Amino acid sequence: MSVAELLTPAQVEAAARLARLLLNEGEAAAFAAQLAPILARVQALDELDTSNVAPLARLSPLANVLRPDEARPSLGADLALREAPDAAGGFFRVPRVLGEGGGA
Amino acid sequence: MTLPPAPKARLIVGLEIHVQLRTATKLFCGCAVRFGAPPNSLTCPVCLGHPGALPVLNREALRCAAKTAMALGCRILPRTSWDRKSYWYPDLPKNYQISQNEFPVGLEGAVELPRADGSVKTVRIRRVHLEEDAGKSLHDAPDATLVDLNRAGTALLEIVTAPDIASPEEAGDLAREIRRIVRYLGVADADMQKGHMRLEPNVNCAVELDGAEARTPIVEIKNLNSFRALEAAVAFEFERQTAAYLADPAYTLERRGKESRGWDEAALATFVQRRKEEAHEYRCFPDPDLAPYEWIAGELDELARETPELPQARRRRLARELGIGQGDALLIAEDRATGDLFEAAVAAGACPQTLAKHFINLWTRLAKDAGTTIAGLKLDAGALAELARLQTDGAVSATAARLIAEAMARTRAAPRALAQRLGLTRLSDRTALLPLVKEAIAANPKAAAQYRAGGGKAAKSLGFLQGRVMRLSGGRADPAVAAALLREELGPQLG
Ligand SMILES: [Zn+2]
Repeated sequence: MSVAELLTPAQVEAAARLARLLLNEGEAAAFAAQLAPILARVQALDELDTSNVAPLARLSPLANVLRPDEARPSLGADLALREAPDAAGGFFRVPRVLGEGGGA
Repeated sequence: MTLPPAPKARLIVGLEIHVQLRTATKLFCGCAVRFGAPPNSLTCPVCLGHPGALPVLNREALRCAAKTAMALGCRILPRTSWDRKSYWYPDLPKNYQISQNEFPVGLEGAVELPRADGSVKTVRIRRVHLEEDAGKSLHDAPDATLVDLNRAGTALLEIVTAPDIASPEEAGDLAREIRRIVRYLGVADADMQKGHMRLEPNVNCAVELDGAEARTPIVEIKNLNSFRALEAAVAFEFERQTAAYLADPAYTLERRGKESRGWDEAALATFVQRRKEEAHEYRCFPDPDLAPYEWIAGELDELARETPELPQARRRRLARELGIGQGDALLIAEDRATGDLFEAAVAAGACPQTLAKHFINLWTRLAKDAGTTIAGLKLDAGALAELARLQTDGAVSATAARLIAEAMARTRAAPRALAQRLGLTRLSDRTALLPLVKEAIAANPKAAAQYRAGGGKAAKSLGFLQGRVMRLSGGRADPAVAAALLREELGPQLG
């Protein structure tokens, strides 16, 4: 597979949509051309045999960090909303969206 | 003329159930979990998604999840860990939800559902995992969406079944049994009105036409919050999908894949929902901010020891030890306290069958009227046993028992005293019953004549007259004494 084939403009557009980035005309192709060599560089890792290596999600050996189920003071609505760009009646106010949220 | 063969359609349903755990605080921060608090008052940098804030796992939530997974017969993974599921929505402040994708708390269990005919249906459980809830969005304003993040970060348990459910009723039965189980375990209140339990069925159909079977697209119905809505939505989709396929043979899983639909409670219909991210677009990856959890030796045994007898085991035992039928046992063991009350009353000397009849016919209705469970009526097991004994011993009739039960719920007085006070003790005294017997005969000469004539209708006529005496006595007459007196008064039979 050639370097250019590693990332198509369509894939760049899909990634931009998920990141909520609006690309201008021609940018998808331009970014594809710039990002493809980076991917090619990372792809060098594929040459390593990892069949006997357990997946490593974290570098820290930390495990079993728990807290007791005891309430601690919250910030309170005033403080929580203080840095919000817009607020009304104790709520965060955002541009209107349609439909139910909560992917879950 | 031959009609074309009728299409045969089979329903295939899997269920995703979100249960809000009964923890005091959220899953990854110390904010209190409380329904109805002023908006955004229960928030902190962690659940607001502020940069740099670090989540720390709630020990109790993890224990509740493991208990439930074990109760559902799941295998507990020795090491459980956390993933980020990315999507954009204003009520999800971090733009990702912390969930468990790769290493959930439990995998591969099963739930047994009792059926009306006495058999058992098994539904496999695919996985049980923990995740955080989103906040709430209000769309009332015309130009803006208002967001309350009090709920954001609340501990949810997600239970996913295999597509083993074959009817709308089974879907409802499964959801109800899950609710019983989490309530028995004490890990959740599962109050539907408060949105503690949200149901998402995945529905499709296998339609057989001209000897070939096709599958319709899998439709996920989002966020149902009552059992009635669940059953209605599944039934609606069954009909809609079958009709859609018969109208358009391209309406198949292969061609259309998965779809997302909402439920319109007013129209009793599902509707197309705007597409959100596809599953692969959630870009799940391990959360670097959260350490995995490895169960410590003995910890799971300890949780198992804390687990009470579960609803299905209790129903089986009630059947085996006390001869209680499956349908009755379902009601008696509906909640743990009511089941305990039943068993305590049996231990106090109640005949299990009479007591079961009282639970099904009397106490359930009185509890419903009072907006509570049978145990919630707060009546003493000894009092319930006494009422059952009064009826078993023949001291009061079934009708009288009902009146006494109503008075018990109202006044909390003892059943024997109430029977006296209300004049509901059984009349077996011949002198007291004789006038009623004479009155019944005088008022029903036709029945009396039919009895005297003998033959086929005689027994029925005697039964009828006996019923009249019962009614005249307000249900108090001893049926056997009444029948004996009737025979004497009616005289010899012909033929
Ligand atoms: Zn918080």
